[in-house]
Amino acid sequence: MSKKSKPEITLNFNQGWQYAPAPESSDHIRLEKKYGHFINGEFVAPASGKYFTSYNPSNEKPLADVGKGDARDMDKAVKAAKTAYDKVWKKMPAAERGKYLYRIARMIQERARELAVIESMDGGKPIRESRDIDVPLAAAHFFYYAGWADKLEYAFPGRTPEPLGVAGQIIPWNFPLLMAAWKIAPALACGNTVVLKPAESTPLTAMKLAEIIRDSGLPPGVVNIVNGFGDAGAALVNHKDVAKIAFTGSTDVGKIIQKAVAGTGKKLTLELGGKAANIVFEDAPLDQAVEGIINGIFFNQGHVCCAGSRLFVQEGVADKLIRKLKDRIETLRVGDPLDKNTDVGAINSKEQLEKISYYIGLGKEEGAEMWQPSGNIPQTGYFCRPTLFLNASQSHRIVQEEIFGPVLTIQTFRTVEEVIEKANNIPYGLSAGVWTDKGSRIFNLTGKLRAGVVWANTYNKFDPVSPFGGYKESGFGREGGVQGLAAYLKI
Amino acid sequence: MKKIDFTQTPVIDQVSVEERVARLNTRSIKKSAKVEGLKLALNLIDLTTLEGKDTAGKVKQMCYKAMHPHDELPGLPTVAAVCVYPTFVGLAKKELGDSGVKVASVATAFPSGQSTRQIKIEDTKFAVSEGADEVDMVISRGEFLVGNYNYVFDEIAEVKEACGKARLKVILETGELSTLDNVRRASEIAMRAGADFIKTSTGKIQPAATQPVTLVMLEAIRDYYYETGIMIGMKPAGGISTAKSALNYLVMVHETLGNAWMNNEWFRFGASSLANDILMQLAKEAKGVYQGGDYFSKD
Repeated sequence: MSKKSKPEITLNFNQGWQYAPAPESSDHIRLEKKYGHFINGEFVAPASGKYFTSYNPSNEKPLADVGKGDARDMDKAVKAAKTAYDKVWKKMPAAERGKYLYRIARMIQERARELAVIESMDGGKPIRESRDIDVPLAAAHFFYYAGWADKLEYAFPGRTPEPLGVAGQIIPWNFPLLMAAWKIAPALACGNTVVLKPAESTPLTAMKLAEIIRDSGLPPGVVNIVNGFGDAGAALVNHKDVAKIAFTGSTDVGKIIQKAVAGTGKKLTLELGGKAANIVFEDAPLDQAVEGIINGIFFNQGHVCCAGSRLFVQEGVADKLIRKLKDRIETLRVGDPLDKNTDVGAINSKEQLEKISYYIGLGKEEGAEMWQPSGNIPQTGYFCRPTLFLNASQSHRIVQEEIFGPVLTIQTFRTVEEVIEKANNIPYGLSAGVWTDKGSRIFNLTGKLRAGVVWANTYNKFDPVSPFGGYKESGFGREGGVQGLAAYLKI
Repeated sequence: MKKIDFTQTPVIDQVSVEERVARLNTRSIKKSAKVEGLKLALNLIDLTTLEGKDTAGKVKQMCYKAMHPHDELPGLPTVAAVCVYPTFVGLAKKELGDSGVKVASVATAFPSGQSTRQIKIEDTKFAVSEGADEVDMVISRGEFLVGNYNYVFDEIAEVKEACGKARLKVILETGELSTLDNVRRASEIAMRAGADFIKTSTGKIQPAATQPVTLVMLEAIRDYYYETGIMIGMKPAGGISTAKSALNYLVMVHETLGNAWMNNEWFRFGASSLANDILMQLAKEAKGVYQGGDYFSKD
């Protein structure tokens, strides 16, 4: 008997060989019990004397207390940045500015392991991602923009680019260190000084970055980091000496900021929400498309503004693709972010888990068919099973609204025209994915999808050389690449 | 079964396959998982000698090693099979006795496959008559590359018939097939023509087994299983010489086909030097220190 027919045709991924726990050690990290703000080259206590606690979302244990910034702290930080701009940074030869950026990039690499572990502890993302993606990309952004510092005239031929002054930057909790790098590196390369406000749920790698910046010898006041909540952000946005605001975060807050800066002359870039279409045609390499769908929606627990959260599958291959997708999800390991084999870590905060749970309930109410894998998830901490909603409709709210979690809606389509219309029929326009073996179809779609980034036969691929940004309610302005320089210059 | 058009087999994106392999290789296999995986890997090996200079003495020594990989460490499994040329099948069969270790024989004008159909069939029948439990055949790569898919299909089907009860492993020689699309296509032809196993390489052509090629073949097996309910075995061969890379392959099987394939009925490594590296790692796990190469018999 050389071949076996089995009555039930299924694959079993949960029995047999079990991977032993492979936790990344956290013995080597150094975290203070208390962090204030980083202003004018030193760590200072908050003016209010008040602190809040940053928790590890995978076990709800406190990690450190962090200063609760208010308008007084912001004022102090902006003044330090203004002074540093006028007296030091603006006048410094551009090549010298570049040297500081190179030094920061190298120091991020040297401390990569510590940064990765803290990023995973503070934010819940798997160590595989913080180690292989977040931290290396953060260093890459500093390296990339370091190179531009003394070549700005070549970026904009025939112009004389000038820095703006003090840039106020507000970043989200999904990629804390990487977003800090995206913001700080181009601002400094262009000759601006910076006041950065990290997200309140993930301030710790920004504090480690502050240590790196201090140790790099960057002149005091060139980079200032003030912790706090929305009110601290508002104080930064409304400060009269801030020349430019760069914000990455929710569309709701983006709209408030846009109103606040209207008529002030402050330059503004917004990188907001998304609800990307990931489109699989029937001629696509299906097994590889499955991998792209997984990377698209389960990368960083789906806390990604460009996540491929709406899957469109051409009807001829829908059953096959969905079966492959389910099998692949069965092999995803949800659990301890510090375990090197974890694929999906902890949801960033209790609030976010509640929001995701609300949408999962809503999807069921709306009549989409929910599917989750059979594996266990930890009982403590904030965890969510990877979730599919099959047979979703364009008018379901789970299809229209950004969930920002590991939840994928699946719709089928028949023709190219239909899928273009449905992909664009959303208030957002940050990113999209196209899977097909046909090159001409890729070019046809990239021209017609109203999204800032369109990935073809790949997804969630980032490089400092490539500009990133949105259409419509996903914001405006571009970060990364030559285009990312324009936001920080008078051209 | 419906007629298959082999010009229309699924397309493969090479870049994404390589990325998937890289991600699978980030799996950290430690402690109990490592020991369990290494023992399994040892039990999956087709211990192989396929040289012009092979002799009865060489084959005898290898057979003993197959049954007794390292008696100093208790509780080790045997390897799965020994793999030899047809002329050594009878000898290997006798040496291995009732140990449970199978005898696999290459056939069909191995390794080039450049001979007549008749000779290939005779070659197969001889190996089987000598007692081979398994036959490792090569496909006609030339015919495949000129698009003569039916020729390749028919040849495999005829060899399968000549195998009788012996299980047939079909070597695609992926190092000569150039693209992953071709690997997928050749896998489809082999499975549908009656292969019990599909195998990457003869070991005589570089590159031999690679992880991307193996992943594409595992995915072909998966699709075929879902389509027909029939399980096909997989054998990467050549170039897998370290315990670590064996574990990487096991992770790939585990996460592509699941638990049902994690045994030597459905997965094999074609290798000669892999066994000793696995033994070295297992000895290290047991004793806490690495021993030099001369502490492990080289047969």
